[in-house]
Amino acid sequence: MSYSEKVIDHYQNPKNVGTLDKTKSNVGTGLVGAPECGDVMRLQIEVDETTGVIKDAKFKTFGCGSAIASSSLATEWLKGKSVDEAMTIDNMTIVEELNLPPVKIHCSVLAEDAIKAAVNDYRVKNGLPALKFDESVVH
Amino acid sequence: MLNFPIYLDHNATTPCDPRVVDAMVPYFTNNFGNAASRNHPFGWQAEEAVDYAREQVAKLIGADPKEIIFTSGATEADNLAIKGVFEMYASKGNHIITCNIEHKAVLDTCKHIEKEGGEVTYLKVKDNGLIDLNELEAAIKPTTILIAIMYANNEIGTVMPMKEISAIAKKHGVLVFTDAVQAVGKIPVDVNKDGIDLMAFTAHKMYGPKGVGALYVRRKNPRVKVTAQIDGGGHERGMRSGTLNVPGIVGFGKACEICLNEMEEETKRISKLRDKLQTELLKVEESYLNGDKEHKLPHVTNISFKYVEGEGLMMGFNKNIAVSSGSACTSASLEPSYVLKALGLGDDLAHSSLRFGLGRFTTEDQIDYTIEQVTKTVNKLRDMSPLWEMYKEGIDMNSIEWAHH
Repeated sequence: MSYSEKVIDHYQNPKNVGTLDKTKSNVGTGLVGAPECGDVMRLQIEVDETTGVIKDAKFKTFGCGSAIASSSLATEWLKGKSVDEAMTIDNMTIVEELNLPPVKIHCSVLAEDAIKAAVNDYRVKNGLPALKFDESVVH
Repeated sequence: MLNFPIYLDHNATTPCDPRVVDAMVPYFTNNFGNAASRNHPFGWQAEEAVDYAREQVAKLIGADPKEIIFTSGATEADNLAIKGVFEMYASKGNHIITCNIEHKAVLDTCKHIEKEGGEVTYLKVKDNGLIDLNELEAAIKPTTILIAIMYANNEIGTVMPMKEISAIAKKHGVLVFTDAVQAVGKIPVDVNKDGIDLMAFTAHKMYGPKGVGALYVRRKNPRVKVTAQIDGGGHERGMRSGTLNVPGIVGFGKACEICLNEMEEETKRISKLRDKLQTELLKVEESYLNGDKEHKLPHVTNISFKYVEGEGLMMGFNKNIAVSSGSACTSASLEPSYVLKALGLGDDLAHSSLRFGLGRFTTEDQIDYTIEQVTKTVNKLRDMSPLWEMYKEGIDMNSIEWAHH
């Protein structure tokens, strides 16, 4: 299987690799996947408390090239979006943007789950109820 | 000067040695005869070439040429051996003993046997990838007709104790079949010294062409018979019908001859390179050797780099270096290697493994480059691995509730 150029580019030059201070109240952290499944994503957002806009996003991912690219792309898309807008990022738009083959769709689902988990972590930290989601169809 | 890509996947297949190709070429054009054509020079020429190749093949494994049945490859030979013995010895029993790290060509054939009313015991290997001989002996029953244990494993390169296995089998009057695809041509294999009754091997793993293999079937002490699985013109003494692949068989013979003549020198050179690669890569923090350190093929090493995923790792250099991984992502099933799991490796380590298979044309420059590239990529990916960060912070990863999907 060969990778799309976009996947290769994100893999070679991943955007926003790093760690935000998870103890801060304006930082939301999502950790999804499992080592036994071969992919773990940690995605973090830092929210501007006055505007509600995501001012920074970071990720670290254990996984294949498509998983790394999906999370790198997700952090790119998150920056500048409001927390509510972030929830509208759909895994299929990641699939389309990166030209992921069917066998790699789960990587995009994982990225979407990581976004939702990060937003919910931020919401709960700030006294808001966690949003409920339908179980993602993964693997 | 390095030429890219570098091929380090010789357990998957090997390039044809140019000497093999040279030997084959005339048998596509001028000497194109059917080896079964008994009445004209074209047939005689082809038959003579096949006879010569049969001698070359037999000599490499210490067999008599009459004991070599040419097939389309090792998968067919595995099928012929297991199904053929199962059918031929049905009156004696229906029980076969094998192990859980066999190639799929053996495991799936055994599954088939079970559907046909056979009984199969799958021995579990120890964490070094070798079977426990006491367990083997304990598994033998009055109905046992065959022990099918691979000579060397394709993923981790461990070499099974064939002499000890066959001694146990002899004691109980059970036949021994071995899938020796990875071993023949790489290490000395002698069907008599090793006490083997049936053995599958193939040309393309030893610098011969694809599409040709052989089943060794013992003719004396004891005389072994298998029921043919492909019926037709009665070729190969009735055990495998079908017009012989003359150019392929000629190439197979030549490949065997080269291996016999050069194995000793080649092994010295390749194992030195393998040892260098293995030693250097095991210096990488949190890297683990898979499979037994001593009882292994000279040209293979399989290493897990914890906290990085195998496919992601390969992507860092797979334009320039061809290796393979036990990671799930390289397979359609998304399941990591059953061989590595059989060693008791957690799925996380199985996902993190790379197999390096060196070969006849591997150079020291290539190995130096590989050491550098793999080390660099492991470090780069660990910098973006949340698991590595947790490990460095001393977080117990078992304490985390992972979302299993």
